[in-house]
Amino acid sequence: MSANLSATFYLISGILFILALRGLSSPETSRQGNYLGIAGMVIAIVVTFLSVGNFGLGFIYVIVFLLIGGSVGAFIAFRIPMTAMPELVAGFHSLVGLAAVFVAISAFLNPDAFNLGSLGNINLASLIEMSLGAAIGAITFSGSIIAFLKLRGIMSGAPITFKGQHFLNLILGISILILIFYLCRSQSSNIFWALVAISFLVGVLLIIPIGGADMPVVISMLNSYSGWAAAGIGFTLENTALIITGALVGSSGAILSYIMCKGMNRSFFNVILGGWGATEQTNSEKSKEQKPVKNGNADDAAFLMKNASSVIIVPGYGMAVAQAQHALREMVDALKKNGVKVSYAIHPVAGRMPGHMNVLLAEANVPYDEVFELEEINNDFANCDVAYVIGANDVTNPVAKSDPQSPIYGMPVLDVEKSKSVLFVKRSLSPGYAGIDNDLFYRDNTLMLFADAKKMTEEIVKNL
Amino acid sequence: MEIDPFIFRFSIFILSIFVGYYVVWSVTPSLHTPLMSVTNAISSVIIVGAIIAALAGSSENIFETSSIFGFLAIILAAVNIFGGFLVTQRMLQMYKKKKK
Repeated sequence: MSANLSATFYLISGILFILALRGLSSPETSRQGNYLGIAGMVIAIVVTFLSVGNFGLGFIYVIVFLLIGGSVGAFIAFRIPMTAMPELVAGFHSLVGLAAVFVAISAFLNPDAFNLGSLGNINLASLIEMSLGAAIGAITFSGSIIAFLKLRGIMSGAPITFKGQHFLNLILGISILILIFYLCRSQSSNIFWALVAISFLVGVLLIIPIGGADMPVVISMLNSYSGWAAAGIGFTLENTALIITGALVGSSGAILSYIMCKGMNRSFFNVILGGWGATEQTNSEKSKEQKPVKNGNADDAAFLMKNASSVIIVPGYGMAVAQAQHALREMVDALKKNGVKVSYAIHPVAGRMPGHMNVLLAEANVPYDEVFELEEINNDFANCDVAYVIGANDVTNPVAKSDPQSPIYGMPVLDVEKSKSVLFVKRSLSPGYAGIDNDLFYRDNTLMLFADAKKMTEEIVKNL
Repeated sequence: MEIDPFIFRFSIFILSIFVGYYVVWSVTPSLHTPLMSVTNAISSVIIVGAIIAALAGSSENIFETSSIFGFLAIILAAVNIFGGFLVTQRMLQMYKKKKK
């Protein structure tokens, strides 16, 4: 196949990828969008085979490896529980990163195959592109592995910080640039390996100081990095499909990171440079004095909600941990039978990744037109009889609106306290991730339900 | 004076960032998780580089060092392509409207 023809097909697959993302503007068009994405991928792969034109034994091996990887991927995709989506996405990011590193390595070792010059005499521009691709890919890989381990609970979600951490990262970042400079001058493979090794280290160091609840930002950021790595390789290979895709994915991840940071009212750098937790401990100790709390049980909760005319459900990460989404759906069904109007309110940073709560509710067969974003529903709390907070905490804390001293001051929160009564399902009175006490616990209209989210919801269903 | 082809590719890159920016802002927040899994799947189009690398070996020696990295990259990217698109499909199937 001629180079011009294959370039045209790569452009087509790039356009199909754009349409795949475009489809996600509404759930109705999204499934069709996904098929367009698959079509784009098939075109890209077939065109690559035709343009290489080598259908010998190597081709058979390629197909075999493709099918091996494909069956592993398909197996994972069908078996993974929806609550494990964050770690799955982190794991997948690490694979893209590592694939980018491998492609860069083989381009470096065999530049003739890619028309980049010859070994030891690679074009300057290609060398810069492939070393950037390799470095970003390596950072994506090791960073995503750390994110995966933290989300999976294999590694503690607590931020790991040490003295001089940022300085060390800075030094390593600068040394990557210096290595790329010397690589261009000497074309030495030792420098290339050193570059890859240091980038792996940077990925680890970048993610370990970031705490568990900041994971939505981390995952979005790694999503973005995997795109930039792909774009870097795309420049090396002079491949339009890869360049377009890399740019799309890079900007998508960047936008998601921005939305997540805004949802916490923090700057991107504030998140990247280390967690809340550490500095706020003094604050929570100060407020340890006993304040009266109203304590309820499933019976009270059922009575309150049955006699309400409207109920808003506020789910959070705790719902995912307790796998309470199906029990919640049963509760809502029972309430609807009693003529209660029920809707769901989702905070942008609820859960461990963007849109995490929406997927879990969709899995439990909650229709998506009953689920609302913060701006859409926040005014409705004032007219609502009961707010049922299940597994959320910091995102409901009224302190964010009233106390300029508070670390979460200015963060957009759900106006849960404005509803006539609040049912707050929580295992204990312990503060949330931000390490600050939730003022909501001590309000007159709040009834605390101390239990596991799933067990409590099931109890309420029995009492309805 | 002729324009370096790099500038053309760079133009495509910059324009695609803008396309991505506007397209992604129009994605509804409730589909942000499928957005991440599908971007993950499409970024595995890096498999084209892996295929070129894997097929670069001579017919006598299919597994040269550089081709081995290509084959490894094919496996990784294939996991992502199949896994990413299928899990996205699985999620999107679950989004249903209220029954009237």
